[in-house]
Amino acid sequence: MNSRATEDELRSVARKLRSHSLRMISQAKTSHIGSCLSVADILAVMYGRILRVDPRRPDWPDRDRLIMSKGHAAAITYAAVAEAGFMPAERLEGYARNGSQLYGHVTHVGVPGIEFSSGSLGHGLPVGTGMALAGKRAGAKWRVFVVMSDGELDEGSNWEAILFAGHHQLDNLTIVIDYNKIQSLDAVDKTLRLEPLADKFRAFGWSPREVDGHDVAALSTALEAVPLEKGRPSAIIAHTIKGKGVSWMEGKVLWHYRAPTPDELVTALAEVAAS
Amino acid sequence: MRTAFIQTLNELADRDPRVCLVVGDLGFSVIEEFAQKHPDQFVNAGVSEQNMIGLAAGMALTGKIVFTYSIGNFATLRCLEQIRNDVCYHRANVKVVAVGGGLAYGNLGVTHHASEDVAIMRALPNMVVVAPGDPVEARLATRAVVALDGPAYLRLGKAGEPLVHENEPPFELGRAITLRDGTDLTLIASGGMLATADKVARTLAAQNLGVRLVSMHTVKPIDREVVARAAVETAHVFTLEEHSIEGGLGGAVAEVMAELDPGHAPLKRIGLRPEFNKTVGDQNYLKSLHGLDEESVLKTIQQIIARSYGRVG
Ligand SMILES: Cc1ncc(C[n+]2csc(CCOP(=O)(O)OP(=O)(O)O)c2C)c(N)n1
Ligand SMILES: [Mg+2]
Repeated sequence: MNSRATEDELRSVARKLRSHSLRMISQAKTSHIGSCLSVADILAVMYGRILRVDPRRPDWPDRDRLIMSKGHAAAITYAAVAEAGFMPAERLEGYARNGSQLYGHVTHVGVPGIEFSSGSLGHGLPVGTGMALAGKRAGAKWRVFVVMSDGELDEGSNWEAILFAGHHQLDNLTIVIDYNKIQSLDAVDKTLRLEPLADKFRAFGWSPREVDGHDVAALSTALEAVPLEKGRPSAIIAHTIKGKGVSWMEGKVLWHYRAPTPDELVTALAEVAAS
Repeated sequence: MRTAFIQTLNELADRDPRVCLVVGDLGFSVIEEFAQKHPDQFVNAGVSEQNMIGLAAGMALTGKIVFTYSIGNFATLRCLEQIRNDVCYHRANVKVVAVGGGLAYGNLGVTHHASEDVAIMRALPNMVVVAPGDPVEARLATRAVVALDGPAYLRLGKAGEPLVHENEPPFELGRAITLRDGTDLTLIASGGMLATADKVARTLAAQNLGVRLVSMHTVKPIDREVVARAAVETAHVFTLEEHSIEGGLGGAVAEVMAELDPGHAPLKRIGLRPEFNKTVGDQNYLKSLHGLDEESVLKTIQQIIARSYGRVG
């Protein structure tokens, strides 16, 4: 495990992850920049402070498992494993390019540090639950973290796993919900309302906690405290802003789709650097 | 094709209030006009494809004609049992529409490669499977599946595919369209590969080969008569599809040909190797890795024809 990063270091990593994603998505002309920017601080804290992983041994049996279930935020996920030391940052230039291995949705094949491939929403949590059950039964120390999106919670598969994990008291399982309030066509509230979300988790036998998903200190405090209650899986409901860090992308569905033009990239990078 | 589909659906919904559209949180910059003009005929099911199909089946069983809309595998595989039991078994009037058929979303990853959907949809009783070959066929197919009382699967590409048909050909589900006739070889294409087949046919015809070009827009029920005639009247049969060579158009044609009397033409299936792609690439790049670009298709066909002449001579 890495030495404990300071809050300034975490914020600096988050800026790097945002800048990488902006460059990767702009150059490859792909979608999902807003989805990457909203989860940047969460990933910075996960890799900087929470996960017990070893970049020199990606398959170390006792590692914590992180499943990135919102697989469309692939650019920032690859950036996070690169910044964590699993692969050279130069490889990020191949993102979504012909002949590379970095697909536009999180892919494990040929990418060290990626635990599980995703891209079809609602797969990560059932798989993470299976890992947690196996870990629990083996008496293992390692833990399972699943990062998910809010729109993803529409999928019934998640609620099947939430019921299961609560029933089986899998307190080695934690989910972090990137609750950015926007999905593919509209606001979450105008698509399928999730509130009261924390109550839902509590009713399913989980221990929920709501935090500011852009406050690295608050995220750390919550994630360092898991399991929040013994015998219950933990749900960190991270309130975020889609497109966070680039003012004109924030809260806009458009930036689920559009790639920044070269000119837009310059101003976006400047905003991130100044943040 | 996507554009032709949604425009046609808009027109149909103007005229017929039974026509509904249920989307799985997809269709940005595609479905807005439909949603605004027909708010009572539209609903976003959210990112929940199983529920989307269940809802659609329920609505259809009250008399609606319900289109569901999502990306390739999400539209089909994610909700397969709902399609089989709720839609097909009950003959519910649901039209499952998938965008991004084949490798249209090439660089997005394996989750977005729709390479087995036709095989799987084709295995379902009562399901009609349509993979239009160009925007003209997409328009005609949309009208045809509305007129059909029962389940259908409409497999579309993205937007901006080339036109193959200059005019609207006569179109009937289950009836292949012959675009060009000849007796040396037959090219049977479905979906976006029709454009490639058309170009290859032109090149081969310029080399004095008699090429029959068939658009098999309806993969199920397959036009057995057209397949049988090609197998008997022409010296070679090739199928072309942006789908696994297992179980799709090639599989369907092989099934028909296997039961013909002996002595017919040999078949070569040209399509995707049945494996997960390991290399990132856009649609054209990945297609060329699978030998589905115009040049590779031409080479495959020429080699097979040359070999058979070698045997005869
Ligand atoms: C099973 C499935 N259905 C549909 C999609 C298409 N899709 C990609 S992202 C997305 C929703 C985006 O909203 P959200 O889940 O809230 O993620 P965010 O980008 O806001 O983090 C959808 C529907 C998908 N990837 N998987
Ligand atoms: Mg969201």
